[in-house]
Amino acid sequence: MKINNHLDITKIRNDFPALNQKIYGKHLVYFDNAATTQKPKIVIDTINKLQSEHNSNVHRGVHYLSDQMTQMYESARKKVQDFLNAQYVHEIIFTKGTTDSINAVAFSFGEAYIKEGDEIIVSEMEHHSNIVPWQIMTKRKDAKLRVIPFDDNGELLLEEYKKLINSKTKLVAIVHVSNSLGTINPVKEIIDIAHKNNIPVLIDGTQAVQHEKIDVQDIDCDFYCFSGHKIYGPTGIGILYGKERWLKEMPPYQSGGDMIDRVTFEKTTFAELPAKFEAGTPNYIGAVGLGIALDYLTNIGLNNIQNYEKELLEYGANKLKEIDGLKIYGMAKNKTCLFSFLLNNIPPYDTGIILDKMSIAVRTGHHCTQPLWDHYKVEGSVRASLAFYNTFEEIDYFCEALKKVQKMFS
Amino acid sequence: MTIKEIQEEVIKEFEKLNNELEKYNYLIILGKNLKSIDPKYKTDDYLIKGCQVNTWYHSECKEGKIVYEVDSLSLITRGFISLLLRICSAQKPEDIQNTEFYFIDKIGFKNQFSPLKDNSLFKLINKIKTDAVSGSRMKQNKN
Repeated sequence: MKINNHLDITKIRNDFPALNQKIYGKHLVYFDNAATTQKPKIVIDTINKLQSEHNSNVHRGVHYLSDQMTQMYESARKKVQDFLNAQYVHEIIFTKGTTDSINAVAFSFGEAYIKEGDEIIVSEMEHHSNIVPWQIMTKRKDAKLRVIPFDDNGELLLEEYKKLINSKTKLVAIVHVSNSLGTINPVKEIIDIAHKNNIPVLIDGTQAVQHEKIDVQDIDCDFYCFSGHKIYGPTGIGILYGKERWLKEMPPYQSGGDMIDRVTFEKTTFAELPAKFEAGTPNYIGAVGLGIALDYLTNIGLNNIQNYEKELLEYGANKLKEIDGLKIYGMAKNKTCLFSFLLNNIPPYDTGIILDKMSIAVRTGHHCTQPLWDHYKVEGSVRASLAFYNTFEEIDYFCEALKKVQKMFS
Repeated sequence: MTIKEIQEEVIKEFEKLNNELEKYNYLIILGKNLKSIDPKYKTDDYLIKGCQVNTWYHSECKEGKIVYEVDSLSLITRGFISLLLRICSAQKPEDIQNTEFYFIDKIGFKNQFSPLKDNSLFKLINKIKTDAVSGSRMKQNKN
């Protein structure tokens, strides 16, 4: 048995109630973390406590509970600022999730800066949530979407990216870590190239923030987005980080309560940041829950998490190599602990169903990246995405299960 | 045999299987033995939309009865198709349209046919029933 020197995985697993359950009479092996992560007890307990004892709408209430909740909500924003090392707290906008964050930028940035003939650059490995909002916006503005290709290892072709940049390019929107391949893209370099041409960059960090320390000032991105539920927090809460200069200039995405300064029937003036981008009652309990999840990760240490997950990746990659007929998609030199693969000619759906009966949770299909699978000329894959609470023993069990699947379909 | 009798027969077959894996193993065997769809129907036009795995479907009304041809890349789905075709083949359209396929629940595969899930085989059942309705109408018009 391999022992990690920095993390007490047994203790960590006890923090996650969902992991300590049996499915079909066997211990659950949860390898679907790229879809959503499990929640530590402290997040679950905090949400329960907030719902039962502290619930009150934020910002305009004059009573005790509202004051308390407002402080907790704004303190969660400060936690996110620290977590991302954003320069200002008002650069942190609470959203419903990454999809909501990207839609907000696509709409508002589009309204402010995009005109006919302009171009937006995305990559061939984007999640649909970083394609479709740009498609809709470029269609509305009669602008164009340009695409950076990747090679068969799943690495972006940066020389092709450089060729796509021209005077019409108005924004680059790139995924930090591919949810289908695990590739960690060289975002700092991508941003640097864009900035040399005065082009802002949005990074979809949904699959990155839970695996490595992110410093938005260091990578110098203009926008960074992620979802709470994929970083051990609650569902329905997400983050849009935006540099002050853009958020100040861009018009609001949604409108209504809380985002206004003064409303008359003739005219409305908008609130200052961040309220300008948070119309309506926010998901304040989700935001506080996310803050607790970030505290939890910070206490464990993202460096420790990253190192342990690297060990899991190396171990898993070597074990999977031993299985004849298993083809891995995504062989980038720099990747997270995610294995996207096909087993012989067995459809991913069939593999996933049988693995489920052996109490292993994986995801199958196109993972909302259909253009990525068009590159490989397949419909999709089986995706095993691991987190820091997974173990080497689970990888062993998983590999044995895959061999059983092969036998059943042979 | 009536639709009800065949459903009971299927339920009995699955009762002999001891666990989930054995049930799926049986489905895979059924899937391997399912007759492939005529290649002319293996095109995008005949795909059932919304299934995670490509599944092709064609039916026609012959001599008052609906003839179904269904195929899938998934052996498990082919197993389900095999059971459904065994139950519906050579049955009168009006019997099919009024059938409750209760065997699915009894043999433990309710989840695979849930209308709440994006990729479920619910769409296949819907098509089988919808075509039975139109088959039944065609028959009535002829009479």
